[in-house]
Amino acid sequence: MKVDVVIIGGGPAGLAAALSCHKHGIRDIIILERDSHLGGILQQCIHNGFGLHWFGEELTGPEYAQRFIDQVEKAQIPYLLNTMVVDMDEDKTVYAINPKHGPIKIQAKTVILAMGCRERTRGALMIPGGRPAGVYTAGMAQRLINIEGYMPGREVVILGSGDIGLIMARRLTWEGANVKMVCEIMPYSTGLIRNIRQCLEDYGIPIRFKHTVIKIHGRERLEGVTVAQVDDARRPVPGTEEYVSCDTLLLSVGLIPENELSQKANLQLDPVTGGPVVDEYRQTSVPGVFACGNVLHVHDLVDYVSEEAEIAGYGVWRYLNGLASQLTRHVDMRAKIETGYGIRYVVPQRISGEEDIELFFRSDNIYDEGMVELTDGQKVLASKRFLRIVPGQMERFKIKKQVLSGIKPGGRLLIRWRSLA
Amino acid sequence: MELICILCPRGCRMQVEPGADGQWVVKGNGCSRGKDYALQEMTCPMRTLTTSVWVEGGTYKLVSAKTDRSIPRDKIMEALKQTKRLKVKAPVNIGDVLIENIAGTGANLVATRKVERV
Repeated sequence: MKVDVVIIGGGPAGLAAALSCHKHGIRDIIILERDSHLGGILQQCIHNGFGLHWFGEELTGPEYAQRFIDQVEKAQIPYLLNTMVVDMDEDKTVYAINPKHGPIKIQAKTVILAMGCRERTRGALMIPGGRPAGVYTAGMAQRLINIEGYMPGREVVILGSGDIGLIMARRLTWEGANVKMVCEIMPYSTGLIRNIRQCLEDYGIPIRFKHTVIKIHGRERLEGVTVAQVDDARRPVPGTEEYVSCDTLLLSVGLIPENELSQKANLQLDPVTGGPVVDEYRQTSVPGVFACGNVLHVHDLVDYVSEEAEIAGYGVWRYLNGLASQLTRHVDMRAKIETGYGIRYVVPQRISGEEDIELFFRSDNIYDEGMVELTDGQKVLASKRFLRIVPGQMERFKIKKQVLSGIKPGGRLLIRWRSLA
Repeated sequence: MELICILCPRGCRMQVEPGADGQWVVKGNGCSRGKDYALQEMTCPMRTLTTSVWVEGGTYKLVSAKTDRSIPRDKIMEALKQTKRLKVKAPVNIGDVLIENIAGTGANLVATRKVERV
């Protein structure tokens, strides 16, 4: 099979990218989705709070997904369900498999990676103890309760204050469980402030900052955990250990872009985001391969995923119509944006500066009152004032193309925080 | 006291203090909705309830649902008792009313997912 665009993943990023391609007049599209339904993880996110930016109203996950699914159906964009992509070459040959067609080989002119992310598990944390039942990732528990109808447990400790963990604290409480505490290793929450408020404070669930779980107790079933305070180097402080009895431990300790395929296709990866390095059209280091959504970097809002997917669709259109210049075709030609003081990462990491762009970034700590600046090493090209930046919240920074006119192919720019307090 | 606005992801930190004339004074709100929220929060906190209810004969075992407007926070547990007893029949469409006037709040519990009949 030969197509113009293969979209890998039928979640929010894939659906919005497909619609963006369609809007730009591209018709030869196929979406490959490994699940039996479109919509991705939104299907299990039954809480509200989605769509405030994109639709201007507050929707639940399934509702947000359905709006995009309906548009994809209306536009008659083809998709294959139960279809797992197993391999991808640098020349954009995609190998997939499904129960109906068996192995499928697709030669694509462009590929949009939209596979989302996965949760960090207990294995990534190396907590000592046995391997009893009752230790779940927060997203797994969410699926069990909201889709399968099983209750994971009654007495719960949550490790990590990521948004899914916070949402699950409330959900479990509503289902009659006793959520004893949330432990967060950092001195601040990695989730949205509004979720601390409405999921923990509403129900009197304590959050313990600079605390972690250092031991898991139980043989067949989890019986309890030992929590302890940690020092600034995140080492447990002796003497602060406390045993907390519980039958369930939820892990909400971070998400990692699903980059198995990106590695197979030899894409250049960003060690901080865990996703591919891209330019402002969301094009990776392999010309014609684009990435958007949580496979690129983990977003806190699905609305921003949809927005980013729209940019990737535009990038594909430019590429297919020969509008991608030398600058955007070759990764080394695009200027590199490096992160300076206070900035953990920035997306895109490379820019051509041909059009106005918007940078998405996260801070490496909490900073009050200051400016985020883009410099060329000597002078400040653009700046934006912020009252506060926190690592749990992705921030955005618009740059006019005029200020980028001086940047040279392969040049370097720096984004940094400057405190005004 | 400090209040964090939950209306949008910005999460504005607002200061709410009693004013001279018995009214609450709100500071730090990024928009007018924030002020309304703060005043509401000080008198009667409102929340949207989202949950899943059992469905018979459908492509899923559960259908997700929400209250079609926010309800007083202290009515949530009562509302949940009603949703736990409920069993609906497929097919269900987004927006279908599953429980009218849940817990006497004036809000309806509506489906947020499509479940087809098998």
